Amino acid sequence: MTAAAAKKKAAKTPATQLPIVCDADTLRSLVRKKAARVVDVRKADDYLQGHIPTAVSLPLGRVLENDAPEKIVAILEDLGISDRTPVVVYDDTFGALAARVAWTFQYVGHGNTALLEMTFKQWKELGLETEKTARTFPKAKHSLNVNRSIHADASYVESAKSQPGKLLVDSRERLNFLTEHIPGATNIPYTMVGSSGSILRKADELKRFIENRGITDNGEIITYCGSVGTLSGLTYYALRLAGFQNVKLYPKSFKEWKALGKPKEEFKDANYWDLSAE
Amino acid sequence: MKKTRVATVNPRQKGVSAPKPNPRWGREEETEVFAKRVKLFRQGKISEDDFRRFRLQHGAYGSRLHMDYSMVRIKVPGGEMTSDQIEKIASLSEAFSIGSAHVSTRQNIQLHWVQLEDVSEVMRGLVETGLTTREACGNTVRNVMCSHFAGVCPSEAFDATPYSMAIARFFLRNPMCQNLPRKFKINFACCDQHGLEKVADIGLVPATREENGATVRGFKIYLGGGLGAASFIGHQLEDFTPENRVLATCMATVRLFDRHGNRENMARNRMRYLVHETGWEKFQKMALRERSIVEMTTSYSTAQMFDVKSQEDARQLPEAPRMAKLPMLNDSVTKESPGYERWLHTNVVSQKQEGYFTIFITLGAGDITASQLRVLASAIRDYSAEGVARNTPQQNFAVRYVRGAELRDFYEKLASAGLANPGALTIASAVGCSGTTSCNLAITNSHRLAKEVQRKFLELGLDTDDSLRDATIKISGCPNSCGQHEIATIGFFGGATRMNNAMVPTYTMLFGGSSGELGKAMMRVPAKRVINTVLKVIEIYKQQKSANETLPQWVSSVTKGRGAGGIKNLEDMKAALAQVIQLPAPESDADAYMDYGSDARFSAKTAKGECAA
Repeated sequence: MTAAAAKKKAAKTPATQLPIVCDADTLRSLVRKKAARVVDVRKADDYLQGHIPTAVSLPLGRVLENDAPEKIVAILEDLGISDRTPVVVYDDTFGALAARVAWTFQYVGHGNTALLEMTFKQWKELGLETEKTARTFPKAKHSLNVNRSIHADASYVESAKSQPGKLLVDSRERLNFLTEHIPGATNIPYTMVGSSGSILRKADELKRFIENRGITDNGEIITYCGSVGTLSGLTYYALRLAGFQNVKLYPKSFKEWKALGKPKEEFKDANYWDLSAE
Repeated sequence: MKKTRVATVNPRQKGVSAPKPNPRWGREEETEVFAKRVKLFRQGKISEDDFRRFRLQHGAYGSRLHMDYSMVRIKVPGGEMTSDQIEKIASLSEAFSIGSAHVSTRQNIQLHWVQLEDVSEVMRGLVETGLTTREACGNTVRNVMCSHFAGVCPSEAFDATPYSMAIARFFLRNPMCQNLPRKFKINFACCDQHGLEKVADIGLVPATREENGATVRGFKIYLGGGLGAASFIGHQLEDFTPENRVLATCMATVRLFDRHGNRENMARNRMRYLVHETGWEKFQKMALRERSIVEMTTSYSTAQMFDVKSQEDARQLPEAPRMAKLPMLNDSVTKESPGYERWLHTNVVSQKQEGYFTIFITLGAGDITASQLRVLASAIRDYSAEGVARNTPQQNFAVRYVRGAELRDFYEKLASAGLANPGALTIASAVGCSGTTSCNLAITNSHRLAKEVQRKFLELGLDTDDSLRDATIKISGCPNSCGQHEIATIGFFGGATRMNNAMVPTYTMLFGGSSGELGKAMMRVPAKRVINTVLKVIEIYKQQKSANETLPQWVSSVTKGRGAGGIKNLEDMKAALAQVIQLPAPESDADAYMDYGSDARFSAKTAKGECAA
């Protein structure tokens, strides 16, 4: 087969459609087949110390600094990600940074993005392959197709919180939530959605947690957290994994909400911070 | 989908025994029932009263002024926990609570601010390692306590642990105690010195007696004691209760309480009031007669449910090597001594098993983070030959069966996680209930105050002063005695007082309590003056004491009006402290009018308690 024919064949083969969470074995086989782009969102220095083979470096900060959809698409192109490239994102922060980056890719139209089921630390502890080579790939072409259905801004949140069938979920830890939160929000701390060996629990477990709270799966859920949508990014994927189709992230989160002087709900009748043993 | 899992590191197992299996207290079906009930309650299909009773029966209290949250109380009989259980609690506290767990004064572990809808998930996780919250609250037989020294105490007659476990098993889910007039508490001691047998509805101390040339095991049993808004010391039922009558004695007492206890007046319905109002002599006769009836009517199969044998630890623990030179437990130390020596002196005691030591982990008012719990679990696996820890009524952890030669390694491991503070067995280890951090009844932040006392006392090195060593400071956030302030050398309970035309968080100070004697209330002290007041008491004690008199001895003399020096009685003491408790006008010292942990003017806020379901 000539190179051109091989290229033609590859173009016809449908790319692997990734699940929400990609397990280690699937990723390893994709890496071997060079059939996915692996994205490492840790700090650039950490990446250079060692990373998953073929991974490219995209520190979260770069995504946050360039949050206009056009700029994100330019980043995708720089990383050699075309519309058809399956993407797997990982971090070393229990999945929260990876989730924020993955959501951003999906927001600009790269639907075929997954989270690696584990952190880089766990990957290493399992003795799986790593390399130190800094990887670059030829620039690719990627279209811009903004998926507004997964995004919420402050005014959307403000109007949604009084509408039936729309639920606001705060992903911060319990004591931060108790101190202050967006009125009407319910608290699903990010600490609830992960487990010791995996950034997200199993789908049926997550589904049970949500059902315990009397939340039905036909409504709309908007997640937010403290500042840039990392913790709530993870919760976004936890809800998707639990079977919720209509989930939105409010990436600017409570930091923006407060800066805008929007109303807050506070609870000051208990000294709960004094229970902390730190 | 094939899952690649993170491997767990093998414990070092340095000649440590096989791990103790997790005891099975919990039942999975109860977690599902709980989840369903919460949904029905939220849908308005169960009344608030019915739901509250159910919730308490399953160990979940409403949180302070916010009923969407619960305090989940994990019932830990005898305070004994395996490493698996400790690790599970760490994970659950991170996932569903606030990332830390809390040791209560009755050997429970409490998780605070759990969303009501998540309580069933906490229960589910607990069941995986055999734990339960069942009957940790409500009008039931609460957690059965057992001295953390039981089994290792040099002055005990025998190990009470299997008896306490058998009693706990017998009453858990037993129909005879699902709807008592009020809660019911049973405490097992190891000896007369270390237990809380006189401040429980039933208190038991192991004892033996010679009968026909044979040694018979039994207990000294005390009835009708207890701490609360009004406290009583228990009465000894008879000289000696042989072990084969222990179950009948406990059943008879529970039955009497169930039948005669006050179901009308919630403020006076603990059994101690029944005993007090009936009169001890009459109650004693009733109890002995009821016991005869129980003995005549209890079926064989019921009696078999009290199975001490099955609760015994069948493992043969290895002998510890004798040490050429014991660590310096008994030498004196100072604030400047190396940390390890100070810790040895204030946190480690020898066991009756030669070569083994029990070490204590100093917590601040019982708080421990999830990551610290994990280090504790790992330390137990590595260094305790029995492979368990016991939480203590002083809100600390005791790890037993540690070899002398490994004490330093153990210390280093604890120190790496901030768990090697000295002072566990000294005045610095102040007890504090949860107070306004989570309790509906609390008026003041007793929890934080206890931590502040500990911090200050360790900073001053008071833990190294052997004359203060046996003294205790215990603090409750309201007159109810969860902080056990009445059995402290110096105790405090929270209240609110108007001073200089402003409300001030205050504590009523009590003097002269011990595990067999209740302290006497003497004066009110503003919250922000408590530490200075105690320091002043210590200063006066140092001036007044006779040669070898310890602080508890001196306080006890003064409380009884028998002080030898210038301070003869509590009136003299009050006069000597009058200056320390003064507050300047609110304008010149606003902080003195605020409680710990608050930057606002103090106002007392409470809601209905749930101690009585």
